[in-house]
Amino acid sequence: MQLTGADILLECLLEQGVDTIFGFPGGAVLNIYDSLYKYRDRIRHYLTSHEQGAAHAADGYARVTGKVGVCLATSGPGATNLVTGIATAYMDSVPVVAITGNVPLNLLGKDSFQEVDITGITMPITKHNFIVKDVNDLADIVRRAFYIAQEGRPGPVLIDIPKDITAQKAEYTPAPKREIPRRTEYISEKALAHAIDLIRSSSKPLIYAGGGVIASDAAQELLEFAEKINAPVTLSLMGMGGFPATHPNYTGMIGMHGTKTSNMAATQCDLLIAIGARFSDRVVSKVERFAPHARILHIDIDEAEVNKNVRTSRFIIGDVREVLRELNKRLERVERREWMDYIQDMKTKYPLSGSNGKDMLTPQYILEKIYELTGGDAIVATEVGQHQIWTAQYYKFTRPRTFVSSGGLGTMGFGLGASIGAQVGAPGKRVFNIAGDGSFRMNMNELATAVEYNLPIIEVIMNNHALGMVRQWQNLFYDSRYSQTTLDRCTDFVKLAEAFGAVGYNLTRKEDVEETIRKAMAQNRPVVINCEIDRDLKVYPMVPPGAPIDEVIMDMGD
Amino acid sequence: MNRHVLSVLVENQSGVLSRVSGLFSRRGYNIDSLSVGVTEDPGVSRMTIVVRGDDYILEQIKKQLNKLIDVIKVIELDPKLSVFRELMLIKVNARENSRASIIEIVDIFRASVVDVSSETLTVELTGDEDKIEAFINLMKPYGIREIVRTGLTALERGSKEIKSYKKYEEE
Repeated sequence: MQLTGADILLECLLEQGVDTIFGFPGGAVLNIYDSLYKYRDRIRHYLTSHEQGAAHAADGYARVTGKVGVCLATSGPGATNLVTGIATAYMDSVPVVAITGNVPLNLLGKDSFQEVDITGITMPITKHNFIVKDVNDLADIVRRAFYIAQEGRPGPVLIDIPKDITAQKAEYTPAPKREIPRRTEYISEKALAHAIDLIRSSSKPLIYAGGGVIASDAAQELLEFAEKINAPVTLSLMGMGGFPATHPNYTGMIGMHGTKTSNMAATQCDLLIAIGARFSDRVVSKVERFAPHARILHIDIDEAEVNKNVRTSRFIIGDVREVLRELNKRLERVERREWMDYIQDMKTKYPLSGSNGKDMLTPQYILEKIYELTGGDAIVATEVGQHQIWTAQYYKFTRPRTFVSSGGLGTMGFGLGASIGAQVGAPGKRVFNIAGDGSFRMNMNELATAVEYNLPIIEVIMNNHALGMVRQWQNLFYDSRYSQTTLDRCTDFVKLAEAFGAVGYNLTRKEDVEETIRKAMAQNRPVVINCEIDRDLKVYPMVPPGAPIDEVIMDMGD
Repeated sequence: MNRHVLSVLVENQSGVLSRVSGLFSRRGYNIDSLSVGVTEDPGVSRMTIVVRGDDYILEQIKKQLNKLIDVIKVIELDPKLSVFRELMLIKVNARENSRASIIEIVDIFRASVVDVSSETLTVELTGDEDKIEAFINLMKPYGIREIVRTGLTALERGSKEIKSYKKYEEE
């Protein structure tokens, strides 16, 4: 049948099983929005306050559901406002399809009103992007975009559609959604045998797992693998939820803010098994001193990650879940008393300092309470900074797709938009967004969105009236010269929440934490909890920049 | 820093050149030359990219290129088993007294004169890099006005084709 480009776009979204998109209208996407009006019973559009919020919402939706997140923006500034969101998704390998309008074909390249070369701009931050120059190509481009976003290592794909393409008509023939194959072609017997040899000959193995475990839904397989070979497991920030934090083999996060146990284990192990992880500089720190006694076995879907940051002994390229299944079939259960005893001993000797013995209100205590009161069943998003690391440390993530955080790009302002997407994607779940006052102020406009759609997100602001992480660095490495990190703004976050139509609570005392969280959870609408915390609290442990990861600064009790 | 010659099959689509060159610049890889043209299949182009780098950089370049959706195949060409060619057009000063000696050199190099003016000769030369450099050096005393070079293009000798290579070789 003959349909307009706008209708073809929406039909193709429906083919892909899309029923939810996040966006913001404008001139170049008027035709698409007109079609959305027609398709409103089948595709729910969430109108955000800002295109950046839409991009983060699509990202959060994808992280929580495992489906492709879709966002839509107009040309020019609409498109550039998506850029931070697209880059965030790219760095964390999240499947997102971003759709932008553009000026009509005959105005392209003429510096027309609201024209920007968004395919040029997003080239380095997308897996691939398209500009549609013929309406007859539109359907296949949309189908390819969804395929590329999900196949192999996931990532964002952008489709730029000039306005006249959305008005022109073309023949539309429905097509079934293409199956996304799991990458298995390089999981060879030889590679598996090499890996098994390494595992069998190791007496002190350590599993270091990352976001790939979550992306490939391999948490169950990882658990079986870790229990079979009886190895300790450490996670990168992106790996949180990929292995239960309550498991005896879990040693906590690794790297710059990793536990002493994880970092010592990495330094002393004789085999490091990296699974769906990419040896980021936040994990490795000083490359020459990273895992100095270990042979490295790298399991990842992306061959370009092998030998990129750290030299490996052996590797298996393929879908992490499939690789682990093959390994689990071939491995037998082993005891590893001495090494595991040592690990347990380290865990006892060097626990996270937590909230022990402190009478004041601390973020650690708040996070422990959130964990307790939700039974660990919540979805927890974060912004970026100290509160983000505290969340990874003190909320015990036990399930994949429950931690939503910008790991690679470190995008302040990510969390609120992402938690909107998360709540839309998981309506039955309790969603928290843990924020700092600095991050919250960046994109708090999305509170209006949460209120409008009655998304009962609980925004927890760890308010230290400072840009805490930068302040921490200034304190430790810049002689306490607090250059532009003090936020003595007089914003009243409770009144602000109320002005947006949300509920606001102040939290200043430790003894009120439980009651306040309970009250917030009893509300069936967005809540902002402003938690007044001390300005000089720090994130520990910490590895100073450039130091090897076993040189950990522990809590100095301040 | 060794020189490597990569032969890259890509989709013949707008934007593919900037995807490839953008990858090189943002990852800090050095390109000596890049030439591109359509192949026996009009939907496919082939690039010859000369890069400098150690084995680590080369491995990264190949892997990162392979990740681009528009890249079909990447192989490295072994200089001993390949034909390397470049085309140069060079315009040199050539007044009556020097014209004959220039033409003599042109003949020795199996180059050809493609344009003559009262003051200059324009010469076309095909060859590998050494031959082209040698010719340039011999022209220097006459006064070089302009040089334009295509960059290296290359093909493997024998009957093997780029398509017969696997996308990625294991260990």
